[in-house]
Amino acid sequence: MIKEICKKYAPHKDNLIQILHEIQNADPQHYISNEAVDTVAEYLNIPANHIYGVLTFYTMYSTKPRGKNIIRLCESPPCYIKGSENILRKLKVLLGVNVGETTKDGLFTLELCACLGVCGNAPVMMINDDFYGDLTEEKVEEIIDKIREMR
Amino acid sequence: MKYYRNHILVSINETSLAAGVQEFISSLRNELAKNDLAEEINILETGPLGFFGRGICLTVYPENINYEDVKIEDIPELVQEHFLKGRPLKRLMLGAAEKFSPKFNYENRIVLRNSGIIDPENIDDYIGTGGYEALEKALTQLRPEDVISEVKKSGLKGRGGAAFPVGLKWSFTAALNVPQKYVVVNADEGEPGTFKDRLIMEGDPHQLLEGVMLCAYAVGANKAYIYIRGEYKLCIARLENAIKQAYQYGILGKNIFDSGFDIDIEIKIGAGAYVCGEETALIESLEGNRGNPRWKPPFPGVEGLWKAPTIVNNVETLANVPFIIAKGAEEFVKYGTPECPGTKVYTILGDVAYPGLCEADMGTTLRTIINDYAGGMKKGFRFKAALVGGAAGVILPDRLLDVKMDFSSLNQYAAVLGSGAILVLNEHQSIIDLLWSILRFFRHESCGKCSPCRNGTEQLYKLISKIRKGNGTMQDVDLMLFIAETMQQTSFCALGQSPIMAVRSAIENFPDEFIELTKK
Repeated sequence: MIKEICKKYAPHKDNLIQILHEIQNADPQHYISNEAVDTVAEYLNIPANHIYGVLTFYTMYSTKPRGKNIIRLCESPPCYIKGSENILRKLKVLLGVNVGETTKDGLFTLELCACLGVCGNAPVMMINDDFYGDLTEEKVEEIIDKIREMR
Repeated sequence: MKYYRNHILVSINETSLAAGVQEFISSLRNELAKNDLAEEINILETGPLGFFGRGICLTVYPENINYEDVKIEDIPELVQEHFLKGRPLKRLMLGAAEKFSPKFNYENRIVLRNSGIIDPENIDDYIGTGGYEALEKALTQLRPEDVISEVKKSGLKGRGGAAFPVGLKWSFTAALNVPQKYVVVNADEGEPGTFKDRLIMEGDPHQLLEGVMLCAYAVGANKAYIYIRGEYKLCIARLENAIKQAYQYGILGKNIFDSGFDIDIEIKIGAGAYVCGEETALIESLEGNRGNPRWKPPFPGVEGLWKAPTIVNNVETLANVPFIIAKGAEEFVKYGTPECPGTKVYTILGDVAYPGLCEADMGTTLRTIINDYAGGMKKGFRFKAALVGGAAGVILPDRLLDVKMDFSSLNQYAAVLGSGAILVLNEHQSIIDLLWSILRFFRHESCGKCSPCRNGTEQLYKLISKIRKGNGTMQDVDLMLFIAETMQQTSFCALGQSPIMAVRSAIENFPDEFIELTKK
């Protein structure tokens, strides 16, 4: 599968970031494995450690398996002054995990992130590709419950 | 062309999508059809309407009435009242709760002139409002040097933060006689509180493309990249769609308007790093590397992407160019101040009555922007401070609100106007908390290439955390200033040079809070 993704792009190093995005999006656990790194390194003819360096530089990539739903809560000043700390506390209680951890059922991973550019609706979080704004503790509970029901 | 009695403009953005706007529109369509209004009332899906109401927001033309937080349950009543009986539904009108009507009439719009009016997914809408006229004029009547001299005459300065004169920047690259040059659009918007570029791209993507093409023609490039942050999914989709349409119309590609000019535009998606807003770090990222900034000089205009001359411009900067070329520099300098012509797009956040997006002439005071454009403070709140320019900006108290918002005036406060973010704090919010949050941000976003920034951001965070807990002393406050000043003088790029702005302005303008917390 990884080889097929690579082949969509010309074997140039400047396609690395786009290739990594696509591999991670296609992975059910939203991460990039060591095997994937090796395959990409061979295809682009660059050292695997260069790729590892890139992977760990950018916040959107993960080198560890993650849950089905990745929660990224914004902790930048506009969300912070609107109470993102309370939302974080609530999320930790609801999910029973700390930042960077995945729930035992593999349904959620909790992450923090920098400004998402939706500050008009602070505090904001993203779950996978969707934005959730104007968060309150009650609203967060509803959102999490809804996703749990849908599984 | 078909005529309608009313147009309902529905804002499709990240917020309204989360509120279920697609389902809303189909219900609204059904309700209009049920009342035999489908032929009379047009529904237009558009970009940001210029205000940030909650939930789903609508503007109804020709009355120019704004509704906010409209729910599916409200549709029958809305259709009955407004579209059958012709009485605007007061209950849902924007400002109904605050007894205030935002004065959008103040706005002089250049960059946002189509935003919230046209359908951003339809190239014909853009062309219908005069879109691509500037490109046609440039390619058929003007030489590249004429385009540059027009931009020089307009006095346009970069809207990304550094405020470098755009025409001058282009002329350096245009003068180089090499086979390959590039244009790169910096759409990696990451300054906390800033999302003007997102809204410019969501509301009017073709305007940006036209600006890119004009720039490429002027400097002699035939390949352009738009480097956009990965979280901006809607922007990416709209830009991809716009590029596809432009190719279909022969506006992108080979031999445009039979002029012999070729241009290709490609979207590159970022992966989440604040430092990639720095132009050389952005170029490193485009080349498939970690986003560590490069030594300057040589500047990217001489040696950039794959060592070729590269113009890196911000989204808002390029979005101004079609207006300048189509209408002429004389028209552009009518806006703003003599030193800083044109307008600036702001995002106003925090405890103001109407947080949102606005475009104001350069030189408009902060007080006017907050009081008139954003409707003043929210009921029951008093103004305490405004963080202007995001994390790399300054914290200003009430007595400095009459500062004129343009690049030369703000220089006195060493503020960064570029991002256009204005975050308003009420009297209950703590400056120390705000500063703590800003320094935590820098600590996380430092790329680690140079030690002043890598170590400095860590130390600043530790010191502010200590002060915030009440364990600090005034020596710690002085040490923060010393570290931030050292970083300003010795850091490799603008990231490490920035924390001094917030640190100094917080300490100078709100000394009491530091004294209070360090008393013990």
